[in-house]
Amino acid sequence: MNYFLKILTLIAISSFAGITFADEAAAVVAPVAQKGDTAWMIVATILVILMSIPGLALFYGGMVRAKNMLSVLMQVFVIFSLMAVLWALYGYSIAFTEGNAFVGGFGKLFLLGITPDSMAATFSKGVYVPEYIYVAFQLTFACITPALIIGAFAERVKFSAILVFMVIWFTFAYLPMAHMVWYWAGPDAYTDASAGETALATAGFLFQKGALDFAGGTVVHINAGIAGLVGCLVIGKRIGYKKESLAPHSVTMTMIGASLLWVGWFGFNVGSNLEANGLSALVFVNTLLASAAATLAWTGAEWVVRGKPSMLGGASGSIAGLVAITPACGWAGPMGSIALGIVVGIVCFWAVTSLKGMIGYDDSLDAFGVHGIGGIIGALGTAVVASPALGGTGVWDYVTNSVAEYSMTTQLISQLWAVGVCIIWSGTVSFIAFKLVDILIGLRVSEEVEREGLDISEHGETAYHH
Amino acid sequence: MKLITAIVKPFKLDDVREALSDLGVSGVTVTEVKGFGRQKGHTELYRGAEYVVDFLPKAKIEVAVADQLVSQAVEAITRVANTGKIGDGKIFVTNLEQVVRIRTGETGDEAL
Repeated sequence: MNYFLKILTLIAISSFAGITFADEAAAVVAPVAQKGDTAWMIVATILVILMSIPGLALFYGGMVRAKNMLSVLMQVFVIFSLMAVLWALYGYSIAFTEGNAFVGGFGKLFLLGITPDSMAATFSKGVYVPEYIYVAFQLTFACITPALIIGAFAERVKFSAILVFMVIWFTFAYLPMAHMVWYWAGPDAYTDASAGETALATAGFLFQKGALDFAGGTVVHINAGIAGLVGCLVIGKRIGYKKESLAPHSVTMTMIGASLLWVGWFGFNVGSNLEANGLSALVFVNTLLASAAATLAWTGAEWVVRGKPSMLGGASGSIAGLVAITPACGWAGPMGSIALGIVVGIVCFWAVTSLKGMIGYDDSLDAFGVHGIGGIIGALGTAVVASPALGGTGVWDYVTNSVAEYSMTTQLISQLWAVGVCIIWSGTVSFIAFKLVDILIGLRVSEEVEREGLDISEHGETAYHH
Repeated sequence: MKLITAIVKPFKLDDVREALSDLGVSGVTVTEVKGFGRQKGHTELYRGAEYVVDFLPKAKIEVAVADQLVSQAVEAITRVANTGKIGDGKIFVTNLEQVVRIRTGETGDEAL
């Protein structure tokens, strides 16, 4: 009886509300975030933090010599903290507010105007998440990307030089790339064809070109990989490269780091959907399968070509797979993800074991070999695996509210735009930034310091006490 | 008194310690060392970079014994540390001039 009374009351209240506010309802629909989506985004953000510290730090740290272990941990740790603060001061505003096609505006400097009630758009009409968690989620991406670069020139660069370089690179390479690829007005602006065109004109340059990058294949991986390549070319090889043993001091640490990266990557990729829904589940499956397939491919290739399947190879394969699926994970199908993983596992194995030796650059921890090459394969491969004919989801048209007709060639051209712009932009900014820092404070440590190890000479401590 | 220094494969360390204890030897000093002899090193491969590892890990055992125990001790170490393969190690025997037990000040055989 009580139950029926409650229902009657509810009906009465809702019909009363309907009558009273009918006119205003169309004009003022205050967006409200769902608790489920919000909770997931908080967890996803924590997972991406886990990728950097300690995931990436240990993955990289295990690969250097014991005398440089702390320098790598410290570089990742401090870069993370520095980028986090810069993101709040000006990064978020420049990347994620309306401006021109290449950079955003200054409207949200110091996170101005954002309140607990501010909402950020997702990829579904009428679905929002609190802007603060969107700020934090994107912050973690801005933190891990510069940290990826240090792998290319580990064991030989001054700590101060790295920090100054990162501030320049973050400002002039990361923020514009994030704006170009990811900034758009949100799905609600696409009410009809003309409104859609108006909305699209405010989006980032590569977004307008139709480039697909779900979680950061270009913005994060190619961007960082190219910066790493330029870095190790400008800085030069480590003393003793190809003459002395530069073997990893703890592949065990590297395995722990790779595993933390793998787990954290579910926050990175699945969180990039900004909602907890069916597509998020597909992204989860794609991320899992691509990484597993790439681990098998790298391990298999190494076993056949070099005679033994190594743990370092297995760990490297998993990361290559995660890198490649990053741009594709929201549009690929599970079988497409496995195929992409196999391709990237084999190609990245070749890049770090053969290509590097042929060209002769010392990419210490293969930031370019894994993130640059893997990112390019992923970005271009996205055009293939997104095809509905190959089990992909195709691309959603927010004007017609249906899946648009898919042309692989057209999409491949869009992806080539993104890859090309990213290579040139990041390459140019990186080159200028490295040269500038070299003039200002000098990039390389002295030979004596490099021999002694960066831990003692740059940080005044040692990782291990035997 | 003699000082016996034996370089053996690390996994034979426990066997050597037991064999020496059975002879009545009451103390040894063990160090983890690296070195090379006739046993060749091995190569390690990290992402295509090949490193030759020349120095192999061994255990160094130092034991001071009275003259009458020397041949038995050397025989015992040789017996238990032998695998018949290259890399089993070596034993060095040197004269020992003096031994002092720090706690009591005893010297010579009494200090062993």
